[in-house]
Amino acid sequence: MQNNNTYLEVKDLSKSFGNFEAIKNIDINIQEGEFVCFLGPSGCGKTTLLRCIAGLETQSTGSVIQKNINISNEPPSNRDFGIVFQSYALFPNLSVFSNISYGLINNKWKKADIKKRVDELLSLVNLTEHALKYPSQLSGGEQQRVALARALATSPGLLLLDEPLSALDAKVRVFLRKQIRDLQRKLGVTTIMVTHDQEEAQTMADRIFVMKDGEIIQSGTPSEIYTKANSPFIASFIGSMNFIPAIINSSNKVKCNQIEINCEIGNFKANDSVQLAIRPEDIQFKQSNQDDNMIPGTIKEVEFLGSFQRVYFEAINITDELIIVDVPSATARKIELDLNKEMNLYFSREDARIYST
Amino acid sequence: MSLFKFADIRRGKDSSDRVGLFMLISYIILFLLFLVLPLGALISKSLQNKDGEFIGLTNYNLYLQEPALFQSLYNSLFVAICSTVIVVVLAFLFSYALTRTCMPFKGFFKLVALIPLLSPSILAAIALVYWFGNQGVLKEVLLGKSIYGPIGIIMASVYWTFPHALIILTTSLSLSDSRLYEAADVLKTSKLRAFFTITIPGARYGIISTAFVIFTQVFTDFGVPKVIGGNYNVLATDIYKEVVGMQNFQMGAVISMVLLVPAMIAFFIDRYSRKKQISLLTARSVVFKPKKHFKVDMIMLGFCSALALIIILMIGMAQFGAIVKYWPYNLNFTLKNYDFQVAGLGWDSFYNSVELSFYTAIFGTIIIFVGSYLIEKLRINEGYRNTVQFFALMPMAVPGLVLGLAYIFFFNAKDNPLNFIYATMIILVVNTIVHFYTVSHLTAITALKQMDKEFESVSLSLKIPIYKMFWRVTLPVCLPPIFDVSIYLFVNAMTTVSGVIFLYSYDTTLASVSAIHLDEQGEVAKAAAMAMLIVYVSVAVRLTHTIITKKVLRKTQAWRYNILDTK
Repeated sequence: MQNNNTYLEVKDLSKSFGNFEAIKNIDINIQEGEFVCFLGPSGCGKTTLLRCIAGLETQSTGSVIQKNINISNEPPSNRDFGIVFQSYALFPNLSVFSNISYGLINNKWKKADIKKRVDELLSLVNLTEHALKYPSQLSGGEQQRVALARALATSPGLLLLDEPLSALDAKVRVFLRKQIRDLQRKLGVTTIMVTHDQEEAQTMADRIFVMKDGEIIQSGTPSEIYTKANSPFIASFIGSMNFIPAIINSSNKVKCNQIEINCEIGNFKANDSVQLAIRPEDIQFKQSNQDDNMIPGTIKEVEFLGSFQRVYFEAINITDELIIVDVPSATARKIELDLNKEMNLYFSREDARIYST
Repeated sequence: MSLFKFADIRRGKDSSDRVGLFMLISYIILFLLFLVLPLGALISKSLQNKDGEFIGLTNYNLYLQEPALFQSLYNSLFVAICSTVIVVVLAFLFSYALTRTCMPFKGFFKLVALIPLLSPSILAAIALVYWFGNQGVLKEVLLGKSIYGPIGIIMASVYWTFPHALIILTTSLSLSDSRLYEAADVLKTSKLRAFFTITIPGARYGIISTAFVIFTQVFTDFGVPKVIGGNYNVLATDIYKEVVGMQNFQMGAVISMVLLVPAMIAFFIDRYSRKKQISLLTARSVVFKPKKHFKVDMIMLGFCSALALIIILMIGMAQFGAIVKYWPYNLNFTLKNYDFQVAGLGWDSFYNSVELSFYTAIFGTIIIFVGSYLIEKLRINEGYRNTVQFFALMPMAVPGLVLGLAYIFFFNAKDNPLNFIYATMIILVVNTIVHFYTVSHLTAITALKQMDKEFESVSLSLKIPIYKMFWRVTLPVCLPPIFDVSIYLFVNAMTTVSGVIFLYSYDTTLASVSAIHLDEQGEVAKAAAMAMLIVYVSVAVRLTHTIITKKVLRKTQAWRYNILDTK
């Protein structure tokens, strides 16, 4: 998918530490102005990949091409990027102003221009009044914004974010997500973010690369990844997912113990052992027993989670695990979700997915 | 020094990496030249006869067949073990009082307990001569036993090693989780049981570490047994006698090996237990805050006062002895003991010592800090970095006397191109830096570890060369530990004896060595005066350090203080 707007290309990139292969044969294309996320659990190689792109690690094989120039063997100082780390890495002995101007001074800017640029950046991250403070006098969120301003100061073509929000409180994190995203749109800077937080990836990225054991196992827009997860791992890593053991019965039908369920069975053949996957929010409670795709059982536990209620549902003959059902609070008020009440679950055939075991 | 080389070399791509590689290799070569090869020369000397022919282990056989020499090994072990036991017990109680009780005047006691660090170890021996010597004030207390011998050695060793033990144990005891004590309390555990099941196990690595450090210090010390050992021979004095007295270098080398081996073993056990110590306290622990307990606090106050009094009396007596006319017959004050011309030495040795300390502090600090930076912050050539790290830890395992002797063998060899540094100030400076390398190195490494490991990455992404970032961020942030290292080097260079006793020449006599020679000549008062001169300089330097820390650092470290000012 070579494209005129390709900004960064990673070709067949691998990196080993001794016998350990941190990343294997990575191929990616990133468009100019795009915001992409490397998403995966810790140890999946996402940070190593980012560091290879930055030149902070040297790849074992493969190449990195930025704006049609092969930069694979360039040291970091010859590459065009700004970077923000989880730990902020602000210089503690320099004021906010000096931290942000740190990279400008070396590029022989005039004093007045530096001042102008730093002021511009400070207002961009809403920190104008903190210019003369030291990093230790700022909150974590403010420090991370300084780090962001410092990385953007020299107007790099590529912005790298290494778990930038992981060290922050939940509230600040949500606030900064939006601020970073808005800033990125405004400046149009091509951005790569590494994160293990699927919610973060989904709310911020144009495109997500899901990684596991050093490989990219799926890429696509947030909604593609969510609705068309290509493996049970991704399905359960991104959002929650119920898995129910099943056997392919005939075309468009699986059998969970004695109950027949309608769904798309794709390439599976009759009598294949599979997992039927269904998201908690796609399940509804039905009182009557007449529709298809019904599973009978008992309510075992109800958790109140504000806007919705999470119900743990026992279907003894179907699965040993409790089935999770998310019911919007408004709906929950109409149907009485009492403990040990016998109910039926229903989901449409479009929402059910089949994975191999 | 080498810092500025960066600027010239930076041109092509990857310059920082190339400079880093160049410097790592330089460090390896320097360590080979000034540590490994001299030790090699020492070992090979121990395997040769007087004509330089290889004779295998014959010298070692000779050593084992010489009962007098073998007796010294026993003596060394005896005084080292006795001193270690006494110091560990005293220092443990003292640091317990400082960290775990609400005893009043803690600041004062801490200050007094560190006094012995400012003087050469022989000062304690000289003071003991005044107190318990043939004309001593308290001679009768020894019930007819002579202070010249194991009693004196042990007493003086306990005095000068006490602060070393105190520092390690205080650190170890202050690392405790108060939640453990609260849990014990809730479970209705008695204080005594809590002490034996929580306090002691929590400090056990600190205790082990202290024991081995003190053992090594006493086992390898030369000054104290020289001054107050009398006819009681130990390994360190034997080496001196063989080399300086009988010119038997081969036997000196053999005894050095006998001295080196236990020191090495102690070093490895110490390293091992220190590693264990770190993992005891987690980020979630709550630091222990002692509660008032009148009886315990008062007992501890009594105990610490007694020790503080002894320390003050020791240094006080050395000072008193230095300024009285003729002990014990004429106790009028005089300054004539500070006129060393009479003894044919003059003040030159004092100036030499200051010069040595100054150079050691300046060059030592730069070399050690840059070296630890290369190890800690470079991402290249792990093999080279590990090699430098290994070399940097080695000096701690090598007794000063052994290192000094190794230097003679290596640099005095006619065919060594570095022969020209022999008998100059250079060899003294190099030897002292190497001798005290490890502790300074570890201090620098600890300081660097506390810096964000991504600073270098950020700088690279902003196209700032590493040397600029070193200058603008690393150095300013690390100034306090850098000052600590330079002070440590300065004071140790002032007070050291064992490292330099073989290496000084007619033009480079040193104060601490002069004090020993003055004592040898029976000029005890002048020896005391010389030792006290060292104390004055050490105190002055310490005071300057405190003022600098308070005044100058307040500017460069504004970011530290601002945390308190505005938040």
